[in-house]
Amino acid sequence: MTVLRLSGASLAYGSRRLWSGLDLEVATGEFVAVLGANGSGKTSLLKVILGQQQLTAGSAELLGERIHGGDRRIGYIPQQKLAEPGTPLRGRDLVGLGVDGHRLGPGWPSRARRERVDALLDSVGASGFGDRPLGQLSGGEQQRLRVGQSLAGDPRLLLCDEPLISLDLRHQREVSELIDRQRRERELGVLFVTHDVNPILGMVDRVLYLANGAFRIGTPDEVLRSEVLSELYDSPIDVIRTGGRVVVVGVPDSSHHHDDEDHAEHAGHPHTSGFTAGQGGLA
Amino acid sequence: MNDLWSAIFDFSDYGELIVLLRNSIFAGAVLGIAGGLIGVFVMQRDMAFAVHGISELSFAGASAGLLLGLGVVQGAVVGSLIAAALIGILGTRARDRNSIIAVLMPFGLGIGILCLALFPGRSANKFGLLTGQIVAVDDPRLGALLVICAVVVVGLAVVWRPLVFASLDADVAVARGVPARALSLVFMLLLGLTIAVSVQIVGALLVLSILVTPAAAALRLTASPVWVPVLSVVFATVSLVGGILLALGASVPISPYVTTISFLIYVIARVIAWQRSRVRRERIIATEVLA
Repeated sequence: MTVLRLSGASLAYGSRRLWSGLDLEVATGEFVAVLGANGSGKTSLLKVILGQQQLTAGSAELLGERIHGGDRRIGYIPQQKLAEPGTPLRGRDLVGLGVDGHRLGPGWPSRARRERVDALLDSVGASGFGDRPLGQLSGGEQQRLRVGQSLAGDPRLLLCDEPLISLDLRHQREVSELIDRQRRERELGVLFVTHDVNPILGMVDRVLYLANGAFRIGTPDEVLRSEVLSELYDSPIDVIRTGGRVVVVGVPDSSHHHDDEDHAEHAGHPHTSGFTAGQGGLA
Repeated sequence: MNDLWSAIFDFSDYGELIVLLRNSIFAGAVLGIAGGLIGVFVMQRDMAFAVHGISELSFAGASAGLLLGLGVVQGAVVGSLIAAALIGILGTRARDRNSIIAVLMPFGLGIGILCLALFPGRSANKFGLLTGQIVAVDDPRLGALLVICAVVVVGLAVVWRPLVFASLDADVAVARGVPARALSLVFMLLLGLTIAVSVQIVGALLVLSILVTPAAAALRLTASPVWVPVLSVVFATVSLVGGILLALGASVPISPYVTTISFLIYVIARVIAWQRSRVRRERIIATEVLA
């Protein structure tokens, strides 16, 4: 069954075209990675699906209905910002906001609510630190809670915006395995925006690669190839596969700049121009 | 020395004074509840500076109300709401917000001082709006304060959950369809109302001691979304009522008492938090050594 369907979707900011003619279907239980340079419109794609950004052309549907903002059937893991020490939330409260934070009223503690939060904490392996203040938890622990929060509305589609950024390799693996397991158990469609495909390479069913206002969709083997990406970037690109990792070398520098919609954090990353699918492999 | 002491603490005829100042004590208790609750969100939204800015405009409004005979409460509310709305609408981004507040604040103070200078009444009453006053709460004014505080408490209770969500986890809240912008305006209006009341009791210069210090102290002690507001309300009420009770017989304004109590509570909270983190660190080190 199709969870998400984009047909002929285009997005432009003024004269700058991010992508156009995008046809994408995500089925239940399907894991799709969204790759591309900064400024290629990855985050904007998520905003369209969240109903926060209007398409310039084309249509976007969730489970056969036109997309509207605030749909509970979408779970969202935002780009990771570590909670500051002193944030007045415990781990379980972050999950609790996902359960009923959108409702009016003071939200008195209740047994049903506590059990619901406990179950979510348990399903993401966060029971052990759910009562600790958020600001005292590690990046990996906070990200587990984020996954739990995103599952609180029993979503059909999970949108993940760089959920592994600033995690070390072990936690990258743990969090991505957690997301992978949840999508299998709950038959979730997953759209996973990332600059580095390697931590999830063994899990993704398909890849959506955005560049230069164009895109390619297919399995990792179909898309992450030198000739495909060279054509997409209109410039020679080398895709090297080594030790189970994918390294993309030679992405034009121009695709890094002119950027207001992607993540400023990337600019500060000490990576080279071979930024994308194999940043970790270069380091 | 003795004179100085009796100017600060004087408990003769205490029983009679308490009866006379019943209104003030009551007003202090009610403001403690509203101020302690809204303070939680002032901290969550990092708006301490906005509190200060709004209170100066509230002072300007109150002074203008006094000068023009429109009423201090009315003036304070109008001044507060204008400032809160301006900051809420123009200052969505933190940096814009701070500069807007910094622009508004001296302007408000200046207008307020002008109005007070032109006001022909006694000067002790004039300073009350800046530094707090205790004797000035008559029955109609108490009624107005009660109504305003009730509006704030009920309003906060209605928007509590989505406001916490939008304040602490804005990206996900917006994705979930929480109307963050509208909530932000509602919050600013409730904040403006609370400040308008506070200005009349602790004075414009010291509003922070009611709307920020108690919540900041509570946050030092707990991260629980239930205990933070409870402690904040307790701290604000203890500061206000305690301050009023200590100030009763004295010839100095009420605010130094309130601010001192509130400050001491904060210091104690910090010491407790520091002790706790030391114990925790020692425990971690101990377990590592054992391991």
